[in-house]
Amino acid sequence: MDKPFAITLDVGSSLANQTGSWRVERPMYVDLLPPCNQACPAGENIQKWLYDAEDGSYEKAWRTLVEENPFPAIMGRVCYHPCQSVCNRGKVDEAVGINSVERFLGDMALEQGWSLPVPAPDSGKRVLVVGAGPSGLSAAYHLRRLGHAVTLRDAAPLPGGMMRFGIPKYRLPRTVLDAEIKRVAEMGVTFELEHRTEHALDEMTAGGFDAVFLAVGAQIGKRAYVPAGEAARILDAVSVLHDVEDGELPLLGRRVAIYGGGNTAVDVARTAKRLGAEEAVIVYRRTRERMPANDSEVEEALEEGVLMKWLSTVKHADAGKLMIEKMALDASGFPQPTGEFEELEADSLVLALGQESDLSLLEDVPGLEVSDGVVKVDEHMMTGYPGIFAGGDMVPAERTVTVGVGHGKKAARNIDAWLRGGERPEPSKHPVAEFDKLNPWYYADAPHAVRPRLEAARRASTFDEVVQGLDASTALYEARRCMSCGNCFECDNCFGVCPDNAVIKLGPGNRFKIDLDYCKGCGICASECPCGAIVMVPEEG
Amino acid sequence: MGAVPVKFYQVGSFAVGNRLLDPDLASVQSDPERANSLTSGHRACQGCGEALGARYALDAIMRATKGQMIAVNATGCLEVFSTPYPETSWRLPWLHSLFGNAPAVATGVAAAMHAKGRDDIRVVGQGGDGGTVDIGFACLSGMFERNDDVLYICYDNQAYMNTGVQRSGATPPAARTATTQTVGPEPGNVFGQGKDVPRIAMAHEIPYVATATVADLRDLEAKATRAMEFRGARYLHVLVPCPLGWGSASCDTIKVARLATQSGLFPVFEAVNGEVTSSTKIRHQVPVEEYLKLQSRYAHLFRPTRRDDVIKKLQAMADRNIERYGLLEPELAPAVPAAMSNEPVEVA
Ligand SMILES: Cc1ncc(C[n+]2csc(CCOP(=O)(O)OP(=O)(O)O)c2C)c(N)n1
Ligand code: SF4
Ligand SMILES: [Mg+2]
Repeated sequence: MDKPFAITLDVGSSLANQTGSWRVERPMYVDLLPPCNQACPAGENIQKWLYDAEDGSYEKAWRTLVEENPFPAIMGRVCYHPCQSVCNRGKVDEAVGINSVERFLGDMALEQGWSLPVPAPDSGKRVLVVGAGPSGLSAAYHLRRLGHAVTLRDAAPLPGGMMRFGIPKYRLPRTVLDAEIKRVAEMGVTFELEHRTEHALDEMTAGGFDAVFLAVGAQIGKRAYVPAGEAARILDAVSVLHDVEDGELPLLGRRVAIYGGGNTAVDVARTAKRLGAEEAVIVYRRTRERMPANDSEVEEALEEGVLMKWLSTVKHADAGKLMIEKMALDASGFPQPTGEFEELEADSLVLALGQESDLSLLEDVPGLEVSDGVVKVDEHMMTGYPGIFAGGDMVPAERTVTVGVGHGKKAARNIDAWLRGGERPEPSKHPVAEFDKLNPWYYADAPHAVRPRLEAARRASTFDEVVQGLDASTALYEARRCMSCGNCFECDNCFGVCPDNAVIKLGPGNRFKIDLDYCKGCGICASECPCGAIVMVPEEG
Repeated sequence: MGAVPVKFYQVGSFAVGNRLLDPDLASVQSDPERANSLTSGHRACQGCGEALGARYALDAIMRATKGQMIAVNATGCLEVFSTPYPETSWRLPWLHSLFGNAPAVATGVAAAMHAKGRDDIRVVGQGGDGGTVDIGFACLSGMFERNDDVLYICYDNQAYMNTGVQRSGATPPAARTATTQTVGPEPGNVFGQGKDVPRIAMAHEIPYVATATVADLRDLEAKATRAMEFRGARYLHVLVPCPLGWGSASCDTIKVARLATQSGLFPVFEAVNGEVTSSTKIRHQVPVEEYLKLQSRYAHLFRPTRRDDVIKKLQAMADRNIERYGLLEPELAPAVPAAMSNEPVEVA
């Protein structure tokens, strides 16, 4: 016995006492689906590319982005960013300016000349894409990446569809549009322009294509009967925007009235202002709240001096003037005529009451179903005719560029599966990272960096781009505002807050691991995880 | 923006770390090489705030002193759960004597180190609220009065937890403990008694006094580190929720501490030479009720009948702290959030 006086046992460490046996619940790291990702019609992994951008790895961020969507610079200008409407950060201060960071990345890619991913080895399959709008281009990109030979046909002399002939230049400069389309062409997509597809099926057989993706859009302005005197000047919105793009200035006069409440109506009004109209008035039968046009566009139009006449319908059009009837919303929110009339001076009336698809190319295709003017597709985007798929504005869905891009991607992946003789299983989705799963205490307050806008008076007379991009430091600031909802961003909180040192830090990029020998299952790590990436699950047995 | 560094708005400085943070600004707890002064295998309850608070404070001091320190511990949970003979969770030189004499023992250790010419070895005394504000108080006051070169840390869980939740001089009014039962017209601990030891410490005009909680790691680390810049008697009072004694969920330990600060019930401040020099502002003010209702020691204020009279008295305590320590930024909301005033408003 060589121990000191009164000492009988050697000193031991408490590490011998494995307190993990106390546990009834264990923490588990999860990756949840951030609401932004869930809301993105193009299925972008927004949280991931913001995470990549946060440390200045812009190229990596851009590469993550183009996995899903080849047009960041276009998206960053024309997307109505439903991601931002659901962004959890909106409940802390203001939504992350996702769209502006996307544009920053898109512009940087064009500046730096980053190219899209190299296509997979040749599959030996040939696919025809009809329509070079957002949906067709997106499908062409994804099909090409998957190794298929792609022929893209469009009746217009230039590709882009509504992005060129519907969206005015001040929202989407053509240099940007051209540059992003060029990148897709460089992947080896064959463009056949000024080629109107009269019969889809004939072209499929004649060309020996293994599959077809149709995305002809909705390019015909809806006709509505407006009683009019002989000298009344009535035009339709689609042709007005198309003419402007072609450099043919439509004769609108000094005072222009635009009938309708969607984005096209706003685009026409803003375009009319730029063409020199003194007055551009939007006549809409409901209220501003019920207007389908995007809020930021309406806001910008108002700033430019576009006038709005709510709760009004056009009863009669004559040379130089319109007869307007005032409406009132009934209990169900539907506008009802009031019998009250007023006159509105207008040299022209532009109808922006919606658009329809020209589906004549689908006549005589067996099994194909059309209802309400749009083509029916199944969950794989395939029409009733095997091998013919469709997407974009010609199928039932919301009609935006981003939805079109999303359709193109989804169709491409399904066409690929179909060509390989299988069906693409519905990809499984993680549960959504709702706000109440986060611990917002840890996020410092930092409001959204609003993109500078061209000063209203100046921009109203030019077609210069209205919304300017972020500079590098503001883009970084904005990316860092992302709370990384539902996805660990290595803030070390779990590692710090465990009273039992039972969280193991695995080092940069490798996240953390729970030491189950000592974890007592208190759950502090889960409740203090800022982004909700830890859940407690019951122990078995 | 140019020279202005881009901030880490994801987490600001509130989380333990961030992959983008300059390593010089990293917290001690984010360091995989941290001392882990109190290591795994200790027998503290699930979600123990005291175990957490002790590791936070001691790891910071280990870093500040480059490991040249000795800790002296009073009896209490912290000693009992860490050191069942012959096992220990301590990874630093550590000494236990009695429940009531830790400050005096710490004084003795400091004197011994001085006698050996080892003033580089720093001494920390530590104990629970019972050991500090009650039974050890005479020793503590003596240590202050003599300005002995010791940092004393009180881990305040507001009762004698180790022996089964008896009231201490730090138990707040209205709280239920084993010795302040929820019976009679004034259920729970009485109002108007107890000791506010941080203020008593300040009255000794010792070099440094600070309060902190386990809800704000960076603040706690900064104060533990700053305390080591001074010589002489220093006092750090850390609020450490006790899930068992407070009747809160084990996962809510940090949340409860956070609400204690955000309601104003626990003021977080620093004082040098007896004067308050700074206080941590409330970021998101909450009515005291938010804090109370997470703890079953206050359940009798809500069931079977709501005791608005008592809740109001507790709110008044919070408001007094807010005023005394300037816990609200001037432009912020009034002391009592609208949600609190259940009083009928008289219309003139
Ligand atoms: C002189 C003496 N009286 C009573 C006890 C029994 N005892 C041990 S720990 C303790 C309570 C400790 O309470 P506190 O200091 O608040 O620490 P906590 O356990 O709450 O952390 C008591 C009464 C003792 N050890 N010595
Ligand atoms: S905070 Fe980030 S991850 Fe969360 S919804 Fe907003 S952008 Fe997406
Ligand atoms: Mg105690």
